[in-house]
Amino acid sequence: MADASGALATGKRDERIKDISFGARLMRRPELGAIAGLVLITLAFLTMANSTMFTLSGVITFMSPAAQLGILAIGAALLMVGGEFDLSVGSMVAFAGLMFGACLTALHLPLWLAIILTFAFAAAFGALNGQLVLRTGLPSFIVTLAFLFIFRGLTLVGLKWATGGSTQMRGIREVVQGSPLLELFGGEAFTGLFEWLARIGLIDAFKNGQPKVTGLPVDILWFIGLAILATYILTRTRIGNWIFAAGGDATAARNSGVPVNRVKTALFVTTACCAALVAILTVLDTGSTDARRGFQKEFEAIIAAVIGGCLLTGGYGSVVGAFFGAIIFGMVLIGLTYTTVDQDWYLVFLGAMLLVAVLFNNFIRKRATGER
Amino acid sequence: MASNGSTPLIEVKNLAKHFGSVIALNGVSMGVGAGEVLCLLGDNGAGKSTLIKTLSGVHKPSSGEFLVDGQPVVFQSPRDALDAGIATVYQDLAMIPLMSITRNFFMGREPTRGFWPFKFFDFSMADRVAREEMLRIGIDVRDPEQAVGTLSGGERQCVAIARAVYFGAKVLILDEPTSALGVRQTSMVLKYVNLVREKGLGVIFITHNVRHAHAVGNRFTVLNRGQTLGTFTKGEVNLEELQNLMAGGKELQALSSELGGTV
Repeated sequence: MADASGALATGKRDERIKDISFGARLMRRPELGAIAGLVLITLAFLTMANSTMFTLSGVITFMSPAAQLGILAIGAALLMVGGEFDLSVGSMVAFAGLMFGACLTALHLPLWLAIILTFAFAAAFGALNGQLVLRTGLPSFIVTLAFLFIFRGLTLVGLKWATGGSTQMRGIREVVQGSPLLELFGGEAFTGLFEWLARIGLIDAFKNGQPKVTGLPVDILWFIGLAILATYILTRTRIGNWIFAAGGDATAARNSGVPVNRVKTALFVTTACCAALVAILTVLDTGSTDARRGFQKEFEAIIAAVIGGCLLTGGYGSVVGAFFGAIIFGMVLIGLTYTTVDQDWYLVFLGAMLLVAVLFNNFIRKRATGER
Repeated sequence: MASNGSTPLIEVKNLAKHFGSVIALNGVSMGVGAGEVLCLLGDNGAGKSTLIKTLSGVHKPSSGEFLVDGQPVVFQSPRDALDAGIATVYQDLAMIPLMSITRNFFMGREPTRGFWPFKFFDFSMADRVAREEMLRIGIDVRDPEQAVGTLSGGERQCVAIARAVYFGAKVLILDEPTSALGVRQTSMVLKYVNLVREKGLGVIFITHNVRHAHAVGNRFTVLNRGQTLGTFTKGEVNLEELQNLMAGGKELQALSSELGGTV
């Protein structure tokens, strides 16, 4: 495809353009790597792990951590496609958890108000991150690295202040009891469906007829719902095109009339709100919050996004990929306990996976764009 | 100033642009009418870039007149210029290689369908238009979803020009569209520029390659050290004279005789 001036004269098809095979089309999908990785890892655990891992309760056990990481990874993936990083999401989980807990236990606010305030705080700090990056022109890596420490530190200071010296805040479950919003942010969904499925024998049940898995944890539903929404926005809407453009080449995008600064700020806000959502879900799940919440999650979220095909340079990637990337994480983290392998191999795996994914992405990108 | 005598599409008179103590433009006058190609020639540092950035709304002029269809205008942003029908195709900043042809073609002006919150990018329409517009200039992109990075440099320039034309540009500013291209690619772009001119658009073609300019230009404005040296119609000057004007003459002539040919 070196040039098409031959075609220019005739207006006919250039004889030097090859038909694109189905395989090549598939290779062009950024999420291919993550899906291939997921298949490989599933096969590995099917042979290595105890067979209970792939029962319904086993799947839910590894999907729960995958969902919490995945919600962060979806935000991280969108932001990476938009050409920026956010290293502060992990600390933001802890910080938002503190704000949420403090609203409930120290200020005695109702749950709905606490949730709104937590999202509002997170959005404001996300916007601050974005504005600092855009106005100073500094790399987002540095600005958000600073906030990684600032948020973590503020969480520690704030927790001690709110609890009178402890780095853990308890008693949250007690103050939110009975709130109708709990259905949305905590516990399990579809419990009736699961009972019915157990009764007709489709899923495992105890002797008394109660299902072994009583429902789908809501964080998994949030994870799936957000993945669908984010995929729709990224691939099927005008804003999605702006995200790709802003990440691909901000100057070219600006010259074409894309509001790059607004897009990037919105992405920082989205990422921070994803962190706030994870904070709310986990705080309501455990009934407490502590200073180590979300520790190193920023890296895991970015790794999941990279496994999902996001380029570190921006402008390319997929939410579906990040979705599967996060599931790979959950599967390996929990899956190792079903095997005889030492759990600490998890970290080794994490690093190796990142390296393989980056190399694979570079290869795919060169194939995709026909880069020479 | 236009060759056909009617009001030029855009015209600047005595335009000046200062950046602090630097005088980038010091009295530039030029204009382009419908259906003509005006070549803007000048060596590095002559002020070509500043001039087109002023025309395309990136910079605001320090002084001088800027008329669009005979009316004075002040552009606050590139968007204003676009809305006035002045589209600029930058040499290497026009396209995003990792994005598909369709996504690039409609970047910033995506067609949508449906109602909020179900308003989506109308890809079936966008793909069809992108394909048709490319076919019209003789480039058969059988798959508008392919990344722009897979296109050659000339094809990319053509996509960028086709995009500007499709979105109703009246004046097309091309910033050195051929400087990074090979011979065949250049001829592809030049042919297309001619096609655009025949459609009745005004084209400002910036280059420092006199041959390329002479091939498509109707008139030539030579810029040197922030000033216009003059505007010449095609019959008035030959290649060599243009070359000399552009480079400030003497040194180049000396060099040329030294090397035994035209530089």
